[in-house]
Amino acid sequence: MIYGVACVIALVATVAALAQLTGERSPVSTIVLPLGLPWVGAHFRLDALSSFFLVVVDLGAAAASLYAIGYGRHEGEPLRVLPFYPAFLAAMNLVVLASDAFTFLVSWEFMSLASWALVMVRHRDPDNRRAGLIYIVMASFGALCLLLAFGLLAGPEGGYAFEAIRAAHHAGPVATLVLALVLLGAGSKAGLVPLHVWLPLAHPAAPSHVSALMSGVMTKVAVYGFIRIAFDLLGNPTWWSGMVVLILGGITAVVGVLYALMQHDLKRLLAYHTVENIGIIFIGLGLALAFQANGMALAAALALTAGLFHVFNHSLFKSLLFFGSGAVQTATGERDMEHLGGLIHGMPFTGFAFLVGCVAISALPPLNGFVSEWMTFQAILLGPDVAQWGLKFTIPAVGALLALSAALAAACFVKAFGISFLGRPRTAAAERATEVDRFSLASMFILAGLCLLAGILPGFVIDALAPVTQSLVQAGIPVQGGVPWLSIVPIAASRSSYNGLLVFLFITASAWTATLAIHRFASRAVRRSAPWDCGYPDANPITQYSASSFAQPIRRIYGTNLFRARERVEMPPPGDTAPAHFYLELHDLIWEWLYLPVTGAVCLLADRFNHLQFLTIRRYLSLVFLALITLLLALAIWD
Amino acid sequence: MLLVLLLAPLLTGFVRSVKARLLRRHGPPIIQPYRDLLRLLRKDAVLAHNASWLFRVAPYLIFAATWVAAALIPTFATGLMFSWSADLIAIVAMLGSARFILALAGMDVGTSFGGIGSSREAMIATFSEPAMIMIVFTLALIAGSTELSTVASFMLSSAVGLRVSLGLALVALIMVAIAENARIPVDNPATHLELTMVHEAMVLEYSGRHLTMIELSAMLKLLLYVSLIACVFAPWGLAPDGAGPIAYLIGIAAYILKLAIAGLLLALFETSIAKMRVFRVPDFLGAALMLGLLAMLLRFVSRSL
Repeated sequence: MIYGVACVIALVATVAALAQLTGERSPVSTIVLPLGLPWVGAHFRLDALSSFFLVVVDLGAAAASLYAIGYGRHEGEPLRVLPFYPAFLAAMNLVVLASDAFTFLVSWEFMSLASWALVMVRHRDPDNRRAGLIYIVMASFGALCLLLAFGLLAGPEGGYAFEAIRAAHHAGPVATLVLALVLLGAGSKAGLVPLHVWLPLAHPAAPSHVSALMSGVMTKVAVYGFIRIAFDLLGNPTWWSGMVVLILGGITAVVGVLYALMQHDLKRLLAYHTVENIGIIFIGLGLALAFQANGMALAAALALTAGLFHVFNHSLFKSLLFFGSGAVQTATGERDMEHLGGLIHGMPFTGFAFLVGCVAISALPPLNGFVSEWMTFQAILLGPDVAQWGLKFTIPAVGALLALSAALAAACFVKAFGISFLGRPRTAAAERATEVDRFSLASMFILAGLCLLAGILPGFVIDALAPVTQSLVQAGIPVQGGVPWLSIVPIAASRSSYNGLLVFLFITASAWTATLAIHRFASRAVRRSAPWDCGYPDANPITQYSASSFAQPIRRIYGTNLFRARERVEMPPPGDTAPAHFYLELHDLIWEWLYLPVTGAVCLLADRFNHLQFLTIRRYLSLVFLALITLLLALAIWD
Repeated sequence: MLLVLLLAPLLTGFVRSVKARLLRRHGPPIIQPYRDLLRLLRKDAVLAHNASWLFRVAPYLIFAATWVAAALIPTFATGLMFSWSADLIAIVAMLGSARFILALAGMDVGTSFGGIGSSREAMIATFSEPAMIMIVFTLALIAGSTELSTVASFMLSSAVGLRVSLGLALVALIMVAIAENARIPVDNPATHLELTMVHEAMVLEYSGRHLTMIELSAMLKLLLYVSLIACVFAPWGLAPDGAGPIAYLIGIAAYILKLAIAGLLLALFETSIAKMRVFRVPDFLGAALMLGLLAMLLRFVSRSL
């Protein structure tokens, strides 16, 4: 019921935002409500950037609500989900619409808290409680950074409205500090390495439609926050800010996908993969900053379009994949891939939709993930024209990282789909799996269809993005609507072009011709028999390749240093019939080297200061007095 | 499009017979691959009991993706009809799609050999694909375009000259081509029961017409890489856009000559080297990746290198 209403509202909002984005000369509409701080009010503004992100948010919300009409019936305690779900959706919409610092931060916090409540739905599981704790700590840290950033932007006069901030033209150390704080604040929400630690814990803990929203949509709201501040409010970027964002993006992309490859929990794998995609988006944004600093407006527009296109794409296929994993969980009660297998027989429709999502996220033509990655590559190819040596070395290196992460992503999704949907069932639950309800399927198929459409007709998406880039970097890439055959030509026809529609048609046509010709003129008989397997078939499904054995070559090559991966085999002595044991050791070095020392230091300090709680009233008074004196002294010296 | 389809088995047959000659065997006749394909076509397809629809669709999709990619490479003339529909990056990615589906098909029946093949193929791809992208970047930065036709025309013109980055890219491209086509020293195309096999392990469960499609796509892929190397690094004889029939004839003759030379070199190389361990492959391909990156960095640093 609630989901139905939410779905309708979100759909209406999507259509409205889409109309705003693509309409002729869409005016920027603003509204000021007498809410919030008395002397600021609550400003809301709908411009091109907001409308684009509104489309992303509400499309994801509509799909998730439709999915939840069916999926929500299996919820054990629906009252723990239902009140927070609409609040979460509303908060995300408000963040995107907000046009003053106060409203922005309040909505941002509202979004964090509502999603935290949704993460804690299954709070009886200690793992989920831990995920919730880490999430709330990281969210508070991020909000603190954003608060400080807005404080710096507003200045001592307190011009909290975005209009006032935009007019102030910050530069120098203030701008640097703001950018660093925004990277920390929005980056921790989006999941930039090394601030990503909460994400793979919290996203899988929530119910699947909420996981889809958190991964597919909420991280995009964080990206929106970064774009709004770095491109719109600050403006005039410096070249090294672009370099920092580029490096962070590149590292995030590769580290994220490597972590994903090591997982065997389906939802956690998807969550780590969100980290990778955020990296790709930030590569596009970093390139845009770098090009803008060099005055290459067209290149900046191309890079920004690529980044925003990936925002849209990722919201589509990541939601789709999370819905698929939710369907698997409903059908089998399992998230662990080592207990799945052969689901394509019991759940053919879910399997097909999940496969489309896997191909799209692996950046393979003719689906949409490839288009945005292709555009990022094209933007990288414009790199030699930048003036700074730092960027000249960074851009190709990041290009290599991007290519590496794309290849690793394909490996990761061969694993995800191959282990859970193909092969033989590894448990009885997987063998008994049946197809899920129609609402869930409809939602997945709509998203899969959108993935295909955005892949074969990318020109329309790019044209819709033109007003956004126009307002942010004052340039747009050429209009794609009029290019013959619906190709996309970002710079010039002799330089590069790609036509998803023709590629799709060619592949379909050749596959059909080959099939028809062979079935007509050669054999079409099919005989079923036992698998051949070089003459050594083993009836036990445990002898199949498992998720961790599939990743073994990659783990050995990349993980020996990054994860301290160590393998150990213990063989029984000769003649003994006891089983041999295989041990695998993996370390999360970011957690162990960065977070554990910080947590340790905080605990130590808290312990030290503990005795301050048990002082006499005399001592408290003297402490207050001392603090007052110190502050007055500081003020006196400052002036 | 038809030309590459007809020539692909011929190239494979040629390489096989040269290899046999080098080993002082008579070897099968050069048209043997055609006979093999026809024989397989006539046979029933045997499927495992638990093979899914993916297993039956995959061969056609793999074939289609490889064929389209191969058809987009200029063989004897630069002005192809639809060459603008996909540039070099898209061609590489299309081969990636074919590999993705093949790796999934290898895991479909749930045998340990299929899994081993898919897992190793995925590992090899994580090196060869980025290396390939780096090579594409280098070429694109030299020619100022990722369109293969434009690149080939540029390579024909006198503006190219001898460049360090081109040399590095050529070496890297050959290494990638060897790995991608499952040739020695990375994989052995002649094996059928070996713990180190990669490509053959994935297609172990295929038979009949499905196997025809898979084999034909493998042959097409070999032809594709040879054509790619020929059209970029040895573009002599390519007929320019709108040339007369004589230019096309010269182009075709030159193309067949290039294929023969490449086949000869490949056979020579394969007979003179031993296969390497699976975990040595990353060193081999890592070198290709680094060469590609180096070539690209050189282009970023200086326009004349």
